[in-house]
Amino acid sequence: MPANRDDTDAHEPAHMHIAVDSAVAHAPTGQIKVRARDVNVFYGEKQALFDVSLDVAERAVTALIGPSGCGKSTFLRCINRMNDTIPGARVDGRIEIDDENVNDKALDPVVLRARVGMVFQKPNPFPKTIFENVAYGPRIHGLTSSKSELEGVVEASLRRAGLWDEVHERLHQSGSSLSGGQQQRLVIARAIAVSPEVILMDEPCSALDPIATAKIEELIDELRRQYCIVIVTHSMAQAARVSQKTAFFHMGRLVEAGPTDEMFTNPRDSRTQDYITGRFG
Amino acid sequence: MTDAAISPTAARAATLRASVEARLKARHAQERRFKFYGQLAIVVALSFLALLMVRIVAQGYSTFVDYRITAQVFIDPARVSASDIGGANFDMLVANAILAKVGERDDDLGEASSKVMELISNDLGFQLMAKVRADPTLIGKTISVTGPMRADAALYYKGELKRALAEEDRKLDNRQLDWLDKLKSSGAIVTSFNTGFFTRSDSTEPEQAGVLGAVVGSTMMLIVTALLAVPIGVMAAVYLEEFAPKNRWTDMIEVNINNLAAVPSIVYGLLGLAVFINWLAAPRSSPLVGGLVLALMALPTVIIATRSALKAVPPSIREAALGVGASKTQTVFHHVLPLAMPGVMTGAILSMAHALGETAPLLMIGMVSFVPGVPEGFTQAATVLPVQVFIWENASERAFHERTAAAIMVLLAFMILMNLAAIILRRRFERRW
Repeated sequence: MPANRDDTDAHEPAHMHIAVDSAVAHAPTGQIKVRARDVNVFYGEKQALFDVSLDVAERAVTALIGPSGCGKSTFLRCINRMNDTIPGARVDGRIEIDDENVNDKALDPVVLRARVGMVFQKPNPFPKTIFENVAYGPRIHGLTSSKSELEGVVEASLRRAGLWDEVHERLHQSGSSLSGGQQQRLVIARAIAVSPEVILMDEPCSALDPIATAKIEELIDELRRQYCIVIVTHSMAQAARVSQKTAFFHMGRLVEAGPTDEMFTNPRDSRTQDYITGRFG
Repeated sequence: MTDAAISPTAARAATLRASVEARLKARHAQERRFKFYGQLAIVVALSFLALLMVRIVAQGYSTFVDYRITAQVFIDPARVSASDIGGANFDMLVANAILAKVGERDDDLGEASSKVMELISNDLGFQLMAKVRADPTLIGKTISVTGPMRADAALYYKGELKRALAEEDRKLDNRQLDWLDKLKSSGAIVTSFNTGFFTRSDSTEPEQAGVLGAVVGSTMMLIVTALLAVPIGVMAAVYLEEFAPKNRWTDMIEVNINNLAAVPSIVYGLLGLAVFINWLAAPRSSPLVGGLVLALMALPTVIIATRSALKAVPPSIREAALGVGASKTQTVFHHVLPLAMPGVMTGAILSMAHALGETAPLLMIGMVSFVPGVPEGFTQAATVLPVQVFIWENASERAFHERTAAAIMVLLAFMILMNLAAIILRRRFERRW
């Protein structure tokens, strides 16, 4: 199948570029949004991922779980090519978003990252005002043509991130004056503001207290109606709570992937069984 | 639980406690010793600094006191003709007026008047000439003129030249000292704050020498240095830190930049002499060439300071910007560089302060020459504060030595101002968020 796909792309490079602009924003639930095939990642000499093939569904939350160093974050960072920023990192294989190869040299990572938003482990708002944090993406991508339109986008993003009621009176205060949980929601609002199709979350709750975590999880559940979400988590309980599909990574390999309830009740692989029952990891 | 089971644990705890307590005393003593050495080091450093300051101020403060004499000079029509004002000897007129004041007359050889001229600045004669030139009707009238005493006379008033010294060992003889005493008691001498020190440039006469030319020269030179070293250094650092691939070449460049920061400054002077003056034929002794040489010298420092400021920006900010789709350049210029700005500013201003105090490379490019005026352009011959200090320190006349200390005070004040600017800028940039 990969060979066949390569052929199509080689003959129709123009089609690929059209796909960037007219991205399918409202595909039906369950349709495959991100398709990874035989992905290998090397950091210098060391191989971090081995032949990972995984389908990520549209309008659903896919959780990547596994012990530390298993490659789940590495895989996540392949989807928006954040690994490009690491010196010596090399990614082989195909990752497609709506049939478009992410690793295509002709695809500018700037365009890709406008389509694929990312939320990091530690809340990392810019040391600017709350408004500027959210407005930054739309501004650099030229998504709005007037100040009022930009304000509208900022308000809508903050509302969707469930932060508007808490911050609308102090939009021009520093983003770093917020609490950790609020900062993480601010970062999510910042990602939403550029209307991405996919949102990647790299352990978004690991630096938060349980109450803030619950709020973020609620928000993730809300967001999945509109976005394709991939979340890396260390907490199996969180994976069970928020995701519809789970992929278990171990030692750089994808061990098994499937519907979350199935994975947690009836894992096929013994390593998955051991991990989710707490025997290692 | 029985006693047998507990007692070994209790015994172990007791031995542990005993051995910890035995060493505790030594540990506390060690801490006290370390604290004492630290305080001692600070006291020694501060007392040296205080000594230096006290010495400079003690030597230099007298510069700021100016002894001025006022004389009523009769413009004798027999000696000054309206057709040839420049040909008249105004110094002699002033000398005669002062001789009359102390109740003496000039002798035929003019010995007395030339002794008076050793006491008063020729500035009075120049003032007189200017007044008569502007208004020739003054010929035949008596006009009042005020000007500084010569440095040796001022030294006598300041108590540094003592009558107790044998007559042949001092510059002024007993007769001159008597005149000075008479003039003082007659009220012709007034003391005032020496504004001339700040409004005049270098002069062969110590009483007329000031630092204005050197201050302006230093400022112009620093402008050239800052305009070259800061933008080039910051851009080079941004490129090396944020964009350049990490390979053998960039490693080599980094090592070389660090080495350049350690090159003795006089080597930069030699380079400037060879490249800017001999090869590019730039005007020697000018603020332009001085600024170029100091810019070369400041570049490695600016680059190193900027790189470490950039390195200190948390990588999470870069990831955040890249994550929303900012390009590499946008990430650097919208987020990383603004955050690194306080560090960049501090590094830049400190390297400028360093450049301000630099003397050796400037001597190599001919900045050691005597420049009596304020430089009018970047290509004019100029002198700068540290070189002015160097020149005055080497002067044989005693009165220049107090001026050396005073010029050092001006230089230090200049540096304190720059460091204050660094602190204020740093606060400003940090307070933004």
